[in-house]
Amino acid sequence: MTTEAADPVEAVGTVAPAADAGFLQRHGGAIEYVLIPGVALVGALGVFGIFVAMFGKSPLDLYFYMYYGAFGTWFSWQNTLTRAAPLILTALCTALPAQLGMVIIGGEGALLIGALSATSAALLLQGMPPLIVQIAMVIAGVIGGGLWVMLSGALRQYRGVNETISSLLLVYIALAVLNHLVEGAMRDPASLNKPSTREIGAANMFGSIPGTDVHWGLVFGLIAAIAAYILIYHTVFGFAARVAGGNIRAAKIVGLNVSKLILTVCFLAGGAAGLAGMVEVAAVQGRTNANLAAGYGFTGILVAFLARHNPLAIIPVAILLGGISASGGLLQRRLGLPDASVLVLQGIIFVFVLASDALYGRIGFLKGKS
Amino acid sequence: MADGSIGLWTVPLAVLGGAIRVSTPFLFVSLGECITERSGRINLGLEGTLVMGAMSAYGISYLTGSPWLGVLAAGITGALLGALHAGICSLPRVNDIAVGIALMLFGTGLAFYLGKPLIEPTAPRLPAIDFGWWSDIPQVRAALRVNVLFLIGVALAPILYWAFRTTRWGLLIRTAGESSDAARAMGHSVLLIRLRATMVGGFLAGIGGSFLSLFYPGSWNEGLSSGQGITAVALVIFARWDPLLCLWASLAFGGAAALGPALQSVGVTSGYHLFNAAPYILTLAIMIITCSPKRTLTGAPAELSITR
Repeated sequence: MTTEAADPVEAVGTVAPAADAGFLQRHGGAIEYVLIPGVALVGALGVFGIFVAMFGKSPLDLYFYMYYGAFGTWFSWQNTLTRAAPLILTALCTALPAQLGMVIIGGEGALLIGALSATSAALLLQGMPPLIVQIAMVIAGVIGGGLWVMLSGALRQYRGVNETISSLLLVYIALAVLNHLVEGAMRDPASLNKPSTREIGAANMFGSIPGTDVHWGLVFGLIAAIAAYILIYHTVFGFAARVAGGNIRAAKIVGLNVSKLILTVCFLAGGAAGLAGMVEVAAVQGRTNANLAAGYGFTGILVAFLARHNPLAIIPVAILLGGISASGGLLQRRLGLPDASVLVLQGIIFVFVLASDALYGRIGFLKGKS
Repeated sequence: MADGSIGLWTVPLAVLGGAIRVSTPFLFVSLGECITERSGRINLGLEGTLVMGAMSAYGISYLTGSPWLGVLAAGITGALLGALHAGICSLPRVNDIAVGIALMLFGTGLAFYLGKPLIEPTAPRLPAIDFGWWSDIPQVRAALRVNVLFLIGVALAPILYWAFRTTRWGLLIRTAGESSDAARAMGHSVLLIRLRATMVGGFLAGIGGSFLSLFYPGSWNEGLSSGQGITAVALVIFARWDPLLCLWASLAFGGAAALGPALQSVGVTSGYHLFNAAPYILTLAIMIITCSPKRTLTGAPAELSITR
């Protein structure tokens, strides 16, 4: 009964103009951008299944618990979205400079500095109305993270220092600065086991979106991603950035101020990651300590590459990878997999996505030749 | 000899000891990366290779009871990761820097996954040679306890310097790095040369990792390497792709990395974390001083994507 009822629906679905050569010619490129990362993702999941099977676990159980832990229930959806929020922001930290042809992988450092700046702002303004404190935290987080990544951009532009390496070195320096302050000048004497700063105060916390347990950081992430998309694809500034990314000589010849472009884009990129740090403080942790170095910055790099540095595509990809990390706990409890299994899967996905770059423009039926 | 009699001398002694002890992983990773980059490709994944090397060395040493088999296993693991990097990079339109980042995440993730059962047990360590037998001062003796791997690394630097200049393999690697067209015109496969160079680089980086888990600090845990691999990659750049300069730079880095623990041992604890970040700050500072936006670096392989 049910299968017969489903048939006509399916038939309607397949009357899509997929077989039309003109359609493929017009949209083949766009289909490629969805199809190829999709294939890479499925391949990576397949390899991870084999990997897990080598340790005597059932791959089918694995896939089921991954789905269940990520998107199976309302609870897991909320967990997934909570984790997706910082990922959207840290992914922008890699995706925005990528428009200029720069590879920045220091989102984790900007996140930590952003968190530290936001906490400092909140602690300095104790006693002020919560709205003022919150606005100050946002501004401080963006400026702190922004300047941190802008440093890598400036070093690249004015000193020719490779931005990939300098941004990664700055992650370790940011972590040292954070530990130094958290165990020294900013330490709350009451935090004995886990050195932390003082709490920013319950009144200044951001709280949840009504009706959910998902904090407001998700809204920050969505707004930032959409704003970044408009900036890159629908403004003169974004157009100039893409010109400079495509051909730096041409950009200089037409009189674009490349230094200004690089510094501004790096500031915005770092600002996004700094905002992620602010959100983690103001909506989750309530204070700054070493817990903040949870790897969101590094997963963000993967999100950006999987989304091919498109700010809008970052949103679903961040939700997908947020889901994978949300399911980690369930995999640990039900299948006895170590918590690092999420890292292994992320690594495999990353490798597959990069290898799939070789496929673009090579899939015969998408060229619409028929 | 009373402990107090050498007083503040503890710090320079510990820095000297650190220069010898801590520099070994830097030395192996930078020499390996030097070979890879000379062939015209950059492997940023050596951070992951270092951690995988440390884990596999510890595991094999624990299982077989022979730390030297562990060192070999670390090298082989590193070579396999190098082959993976080179294999993906040989596909068309794949960016070697991005693949390096991916393998950095993959290597550390895999090492944490497979190394979970290895945090508890104790594996046999590598032996040390006591060069401080002539001294009565315990700090001097501690500083001069040298591992054989360090001596191998020190010997390897001039050998590589010589090999790049005079051997057939050295010339082939440099040709591939300077002009892939020239190498191709001579009838050599550039991809094959780079595959081998990346595998040898991974082999050395894996051995550098084995030093971490089997000698100093001498245990396996997830915080074993925090950025030593990437620091060593940066080190190659300001060592101007010269194996001998890699040796001096590694020693300087080892000394800088030992500064934090050394100061802590004499009671200076306030800036502990900042002193621990000294190698990263030093790397950044030296890169700022030595790089220039106006010209490509002298000695840089022309095919290297990082300098183009």
